Amino acid sequence: MRPFEYVRATDAASATAAMSAMPQAKYLAGGSNLLDLMKEDVERPTRLVDITRLPLRDITRSRAGLSIGALATNTETANHPLVRENYPLLTQAIVAGASGQLRNMATNGGNLLQRTRCNYFYDTSMPCNKREAGSGCGAREGLNKIGAILGWSEACVATYPGDMATALYALDVRVRVRAPDGHERLIAITDFHRLPGDTPQRDNNLEHGDLIVAIELPVSAGDFARHSHYLKVRDRASYAFAMVSVAAALDMDGSRIRQARVVLGSVAHKPWRSAEAEAVLVGQRADEGTFKRAAEAALRDARPLAHNTHKVELGRRSVVRALMRASRLA
Amino acid sequence: MPHDIHNDTPAELSADEAALLREMPALSDVGHARRTFMMQTGGSGIGLFAANLLATESALAQLAPVSGAASAPVVAQNVVTINFRVNGAPHALDIDSRVVLLDALRERLALTGSKKGCDQGQCGACTVLVDGQRVLSCLTLAATLDGREVTTIEGLAKGDQLHPMQAAFIKHDGFQCGYCTSGQICSAVGMLGEAQRGQVSHVTENVGKTPTRLSDDEIKERMSGNICRCGAYPGIVAAIQDVHSGHQSAQTWGFATEAQLAMTTDEKKEDGHATV
Repeated sequence: MRPFEYVRATDAASATAAMSAMPQAKYLAGGSNLLDLMKEDVERPTRLVDITRLPLRDITRSRAGLSIGALATNTETANHPLVRENYPLLTQAIVAGASGQLRNMATNGGNLLQRTRCNYFYDTSMPCNKREAGSGCGAREGLNKIGAILGWSEACVATYPGDMATALYALDVRVRVRAPDGHERLIAITDFHRLPGDTPQRDNNLEHGDLIVAIELPVSAGDFARHSHYLKVRDRASYAFAMVSVAAALDMDGSRIRQARVVLGSVAHKPWRSAEAEAVLVGQRADEGTFKRAAEAALRDARPLAHNTHKVELGRRSVVRALMRASRLA
Repeated sequence: MPHDIHNDTPAELSADEAALLREMPALSDVGHARRTFMMQTGGSGIGLFAANLLATESALAQLAPVSGAASAPVVAQNVVTINFRVNGAPHALDIDSRVVLLDALRERLALTGSKKGCDQGQCGACTVLVDGQRVLSCLTLAATLDGREVTTIEGLAKGDQLHPMQAAFIKHDGFQCGYCTSGQICSAVGMLGEAQRGQVSHVTENVGKTPTRLSDDEIKERMSGNICRCGAYPGIVAAIQDVHSGHQSAQTWGFATEAQLAMTTDEKKEDGHATV
């Protein structure tokens, strides 16, 4: 690991100041992804700003809904009674990811910022536009089984690997961010991560020094509490990243669908919310036929790579199964 | 009669193989030839790989050999001072900011029970408890632990009295080679605490309800962060299930007393062989 300066921040202002002072500085929270990438020489920060002592760990009810602190761990969040009761989709997604140890370490803010698991991003002897802008994409014509099938560019076919964020896209959350000047702003989760385009080195729309303070879950997302399901399909039953995952949430009026959310994970550079699938579902009777049409719509624009054609059909079937489970038909 | 490979080429070799063989250096010259070979492959597909190897090799070559040391002394950079407790005892350490908890435990505090398996958060062998929570010590910077309480496998037993989980692992053969065992046991202790606090898992049928009793499937899912290459999983699950259900496993062994140790030393003196 390369040498870095360690700074322990005592409050948000000192944290953002320590970041702003150095372009190669990074925040350190749970460290479960960052430390691994530093050992692999993929991340090379010259300073780590330890924010684990900041008071951003509370999960509190607000007028707008539920505010979950950026530094609350994945374990604390998944098991909070108000999350389990009102947003069980989030609990399901979190406990589908990583391992008990890692969920105890990982924080909500850090989880949003976790980086791709693309093999070429990890292998510093290979070209990767995300790791080193302009070096090329090794995965485009390389081994790309775990690559994207939607929204990729010639510059990058990496996927966002996380489970938690996939559920957060379905719950319409907003991310509260504090800028180095002290100003706070809310970013809609669908605007948080980016598609790769020509700048895959940027995973999200945060600026250097921005500090995630909290994730705000709206009251309205509680409408999905009774009919939601997080489905994760992977190479083994536990402790593996998804090949495809689906966060499905329905707001039902009897057997009719009032509102719907369909988000696919591990298929694109960001969790892929399918407005097309949701449009098919709204106003319809919840049954397998409807779900199949929604799945068809969700994957209509899919462009698989050489080694992941299977993800298209897997994606369709996963959407159907997740919706069947969400609607309690299966 | 020994063959001189430079002159006496076995007849079954192809022309290419024979040419290679002729160019092969004597053994003492291998290092030089390897470098030459790597230089020559610079333009080919494995050029980058070769260059990396070469860089490592040159870096190692530049280290002055230190007599009696396994490796050259490393100068600590960006030193951070931490005060924390390990297995109840206070420790103050000045450490390089890069040092992870696992290395601090093993290299600075001589607590080698926590094992380095993958060193990248995939195997669970390094699992310890920090403030009662199971975490991976290979991905935890020691610098972040000021004021924290760490419990390792060495801290679970009370003197000669094993922790119930340790006794249960012995009773149920929850290991073979033993390399993953300290991580498994620390993880299992942390996991049962989580279950006691009503936490749910990926296999919990309804996350709105708190599981009262862990099924084998629940245990397997909750322990999936600990890999056992020997495949002692059935014994591991049985051991955890035993502790979870409150069954006490009788301790079937104890540490040798001073007097017993003295006896084995005497025996060694008499017959000239170690008895251990």
